[in-house]
Formats: sequence, C-alpha cells, structure tokens
Amino acid sequence: MKDKIRIASGQGFWGDLIDAPYHQVTKGDIDYLVMDYLAEVTMSILQKQKNKKPNLGYARDLPELMKRILPVCKEKGIKVITNGGGVNPVACADAILDEALKLDIEDLKIAVVLGDDIKDRVDELFEAGAELKNMDTDEPLTKVKDKILSANVYFGALPIVEALQKGADIIITGRTTDTGLTLAPMIYEFGWDPKNYDLMAAGTVAGHILECGAQSSGGNFLGDWESIDNFAEIGFPIAEAYPNGEVIITKHENTGGLVSYATVAEQLVYEIGDPKSYITPDCVADFSSIRLEDLGNNRVKVYDVKGNKETEFYKVSCSYSDGYSAIGSLTYSWPQALSKAKAADKILRKRLENLDLKFDEIRTEFIGYNSTQGPLSKELDEDNINEIMLRIAVRSGDKDSVARFGKEIAPLILTGPPSVTGFAGGRPKPSEVIAYWPALIPKNLVEPHVKILELK
Amino acid sequence: MKMKLLDIAHARSGDKGDAGNVGVIAYDDKGFEIIKKHLTTERVKKHFEGICFGKVERYEMPNIRAINFLLHNTLGGGGTVSLKHDAQGKILASAMLRMELDV
Repeated sequence: MKDKIRIASGQGFWGDLIDAPYHQVTKGDIDYLVMDYLAEVTMSILQKQKNKKPNLGYARDLPELMKRILPVCKEKGIKVITNGGGVNPVACADAILDEALKLDIEDLKIAVVLGDDIKDRVDELFEAGAELKNMDTDEPLTKVKDKILSANVYFGALPIVEALQKGADIIITGRTTDTGLTLAPMIYEFGWDPKNYDLMAAGTVAGHILECGAQSSGGNFLGDWESIDNFAEIGFPIAEAYPNGEVIITKHENTGGLVSYATVAEQLVYEIGDPKSYITPDCVADFSSIRLEDLGNNRVKVYDVKGNKETEFYKVSCSYSDGYSAIGSLTYSWPQALSKAKAADKILRKRLENLDLKFDEIRTEFIGYNSTQGPLSKELDEDNINEIMLRIAVRSGDKDSVARFGKEIAPLILTGPPSVTGFAGGRPKPSEVIAYWPALIPKNLVEPHVKILELK
Repeated sequence: MKMKLLDIAHARSGDKGDAGNVGVIAYDDKGFEIIKKHLTTERVKKHFEGICFGKVERYEMPNIRAINFLLHNTLGGGGTVSLKHDAQGKILASAMLRMELDV
C-alpha cells in the first residue's frame, strides 16, 4: 500500500482553463488527475448532440486533451478519472483510443462506467416503483414526463473503484458525483472499507475542495483577493491523501494562486446546504466536523472528518424543455444615462404590451447600477454615471413572442432616448430553456457497470 | 460601534436549485461571536428584501467560524431558467458583506 497519493484537479467545469490538466501532469508529481466536466445544463446539451449524431454526446475537448497528456501520463503512471463521458462515455473512450493509436501507444486500458443514463427506462422504472417526484416541490413526474431531454443517476465512487481494480489507466464515466472522482482512488489505493463512513467522508470532503478547480487555490477568493499572487499562472489544487483519512490540500510549486486556511474554508461552504448532512451516494458527510490547519507554504491539512451511513437512494437529475428565452441589451451614456435606460425600458414594455405578446416573465436590470445586487445597490448621483447597459430578458412558452421581442430591441436606437449604442450582435434569438427535475431513486433499481476497452 | 460585515468576514455563494447559498466566514473568534449574534435569520431575510422571496435557513459551522445561509426562492427559477444577470447567485456573497452591524 502506498503511504500517500496525490490527486490533482484538472478542470472545475467544462470550459475551464484548457491548459490546467497539462500543467497538473507536467509541473510536479501526481498519481491521479481528476476532471469534472458535467454541470447540469451540460447533460441536456450533450443529449441533443447525441440525438443528432449517435457518436457524440461527450465532452469533445477530452480526446484532444488526452492526446496531449497521454504520453506524459503513460510515462509517469498517472491515471485519469473524469465524468466527461457525458451521455456517451463509450464513444468518448473510443475517440481516446483512436488518439492513443495515432500516438503509437501500445497498451492502454480504458474503463467506462455505464448505467447512469435512465432516459429510456423512465416508464419501466416508474412501474417498478420509482416515482421520481420532484424532490424540491414534491410534484409528480407526469408534469414533465413527455418533455424529458435527459435523465441520469448520480453514481458515487464505487464503480470507479471497480474500474481501478480492473487495471484501468483511464476511467470515463457518465453522471458521477464530482466528489466520487476524488474519493475513488483513496478507497482503491488504501483499501478503505466503504462502510467506514468517516473515511468515505474524508475523501468526499477532499473531492468537494477539488471539484471547482482553482476556486480553492485562490480563484474567486473574496478575502484579501489582492494578496493572491500570480493569478495568470494559477495552480490548480492537489489533494495529498493519507491512509488514515488526513488530506493535505496543496498545489505545484512555482505556480500562482494561494492555498491557505481561508481559501480552503471558502470553498468548503460553496453550494452546501445543511453542513451536517452533505449527502452523496457514498456517505453523508458532516461538514461541521472538518478541521483545517494551515501548515504554511500552500499546504492546508484537512482532518477529523466525520461521516454517516449513505442513504438508500441515488439522486437523479432529469432535464426537460421549458419554453424559450432571449436577452437584449443596449448601452446608454452620460448625460442622464440611467434615466435614459429606464425610459427605454418603459417604451419597450409598452410596445410589447401593444403587440399582445405572451411572456411568463420580463426582467429588466441596469448593468452598472443594480444588475448584481438589486435593491442593495447604492443610489447614484446621475452626473457621476458614465454609462449604463440596459439588459432586458424575457421567457415564454410561446417561441414567436420571444422571437418578436428580439426584433424590438434595435429599433429603440432610432425611436427612443438618445446617447445609445451597442447593438452590434444582431437580433437576440429565442433559445430553448432547459429546466431541471431533481428526484430520488431507490438504489436497488439501478446498477452501475464497468466496461473495459483495451489496446494491446 | 458600527462596522461592516466586510471588515470581519469573507464569504462565498452559489446556487442550489432556486435557492442561493451564502457561507459567511469570520476571520477570527471575536468576529465569529459577532456574526453568531447579529446574523440571525430575520436580519438576513431583511437584508435580502426584494432579492430573497422565500425562507432563510441558517446553519452554524463553529469548526471554521462560519455560518451557512440558504436563501430560498432567490434565483428567479434557478440556474438555467432564471433571467437574472446573476442567475447562479455568485454575487450573493458580496451582497451579504454589504451589511452594516451595530456592535
């Protein structure tokens, strides 16, 4: 058994710094590279791509990235774990194998975790007793059943552990919890018992700290942000895990950013609910038990984490089509920028009303004044306002109403208040609104399985 | 004595469906005592008047001198449905730190 392993975060979301994974595998020693690609909206986008082309539906950056890092990973023995397989992990693995062939890599084992995609099984599962009620609102699934675009179960660490036991170099999953990606190599390397919930919670907390990339190593830090060194070359976080469950959060030397008590603490509270009950498929972690110790030199020890038994359910995320939206904007300049923007908003609303269009919501915000802090924004002396961007957004089940709204923005330039510019992007077009339906499913109704693809 | 929450704490916020979460972390023990006393659910609900239209849940995390708040019915329908410029509640943390405390 290894006395420690180093697990590096390579992406905080699909669209994160493209070079981050390359720096993680080249700038120092690591054993695992973990990459989270799947936000909720991502699954529905991928499902649409797969509907058009059956061999798509995964994070398309991934094969390109693997081409770049595979030679280094092979040389250093770094394993890669990612949920970038989206709704088509097998096609993703095939594309990576193609890249490996071109690189003349002679042996490579890719494991694919399957079974999370239940889109085509919703009726069957419903019959079997999975009501899939909305866990926030308690509404029945029938409300959206015919509009479902994707439906995926969140698996935890254990299918990845199985893949590691089968000798995989790369593990591609569909919907897996971000935290499971990091916990899995700890279970595998240290032989942790999945019923030891304190250890499961320790790995889960490490996963939570890693899952948003550099957001724990200085990025988006709301403490003394000006003290953060060299954002330009920010180092992504690394979890140095020990068999007893202690984890040291750090980053490679000679990278920018900061790992400190405060940067890690800030990530701990990100997107949590009741800290005593952080629910994953692997355990229920108690975030109020976590102890942090700043060891200096970009090293923070995370220890004493407590956990409880996992629940009987997996979380399911369904996405469904829920109408259309569009956003229009125009920029008004001094003098009287805010008054002009407010007047333009009134004029536009009157025109929309006269056209008898149907909207579920029309929302106006003034960028430069109140678009981020609403009523908490300070009143401004108008003579000190240089410019204001008027931002109007609409949403409707009626696509035509949204399309017509898009045609009413530009005319304001010649038919409304002066000192206006900034309409270069063309008419805003209706885009489909994808909504989410979170639900629970009894664990015994779905089964993850691991498929091995191999180059020999 | 009047002070800004900004001077004794930092924070991070994000989205959980249509709810926003704001975790407020005091820089030291004294600051934690102040936020425990002053950051009540009522005070936070009032601070976010016109932004948060649901209930406020409050959870203490003495281990890191933090209090986590869940602001329900705050994000205009949640991440992908919301028409808000800050659809994911990223700015709620900064907005929270605007609070002035009379200590």
